[in-house]
Amino acid sequence: MSGEVFVTVGTTRFEALIKAADSHAVAEALSRHGYRRLIMQIGTGTYKPQRLVPSGTCAQHPSGLEITFFDFLPTLKQQMAAADLVISHAGSGSIFEALVMRKPLIAVPNPILMHNHQAQLVEHLAGMKHCIPATVDTLSKVLSNLQLGQLQPYMSGDSRGIFSRIDDIVTC
Amino acid sequence: MGRDETRTLIVLGSGGHTAEMLTLVKGLDHQRYKPRCYVAAVTDMLGLQKAQQAEANNDSSISPFVFKTIPRSREVGQSYISSIWTTLVAIWAAMYAVFTFNPDLVLVNGPGTCIPICLAAILLRLFHKCKIIYVESIARVNTLSLSAKILYISRAADAIMVQWPELQRQYPWAEYAGRLY
Repeated sequence: MSGEVFVTVGTTRFEALIKAADSHAVAEALSRHGYRRLIMQIGTGTYKPQRLVPSGTCAQHPSGLEITFFDFLPTLKQQMAAADLVISHAGSGSIFEALVMRKPLIAVPNPILMHNHQAQLVEHLAGMKHCIPATVDTLSKVLSNLQLGQLQPYMSGDSRGIFSRIDDIVTC
Repeated sequence: MGRDETRTLIVLGSGGHTAEMLTLVKGLDHQRYKPRCYVAAVTDMLGLQKAQQAEANNDSSISPFVFKTIPRSREVGQSYISSIWTTLVAIWAAMYAVFTFNPDLVLVNGPGTCIPICLAAILLRLFHKCKIIYVESIARVNTLSLSAKILYISRAADAIMVQWPELQRQYPWAEYAGRLY
């Protein structure tokens, strides 16, 4: 493995997740597990990783981990595809993009979202062992105790039934 | 126009809703579900851009599509009194969009923006057969969203499709027919 870890907040703002990832404990835990690069997509948040990246947009951590960040790209497919571990906000788009690509996923719901239905999705997928749940407070602990072997691959849902049902409704 | 064509109005609800909706539309037979009219809130230009990208490979002369915007009924933090007025404006804009396009099918998946469109579609039914299908977000595992609940309780939609069997068991009138992702 190339040892890439990709942190993403999607099109939203989730500074607390970036702050949580921007920690020496996180960098050390990742390095200990054999990861070599940490890439953070920080979105519209104004917080920039400053503990791990004191200046510019990339740095090398004393543990050996290479760290970079950026705000947006038109598509994150490439970063997702290259990642060996994805740490994502709990938006359904990012979650399923990672799961469909069979990426080990740590999903972090944003607690300040108005109606927190993100939490129910994460809880459900975690219950089926498709992802590891974390909060901004538990992220570094989850990473130090990381055991990816317990994860079960997500089987993509069959959508044909939806389309044929729509055909039926429109016809009748 | 052949009757095997279904004029389809697609409401883009922003963010994850838009992504799911475009996945849904991608799976439909574009030769049957046309012309397609995408409706998004005026503040959601990203949504229309994504729809444009999704349609980029379609020949619009064979399988036409259009885009419309409507104002939001309520911005975050707006006062209640002023939101009565903006809601009326949003309903009026939704009426205009729906009655000028005259859809046979309205596809919605929330959030709130879709309610004025559904209201307009219900009115349109007085003059024209129009189906309303709500496909609940894949993020909903335990509870229906507010807009789906409104359509569920009022029975105004022809179908409410959910994407998890666990959720369907709680709402017998909803249907589970598969999952988009």
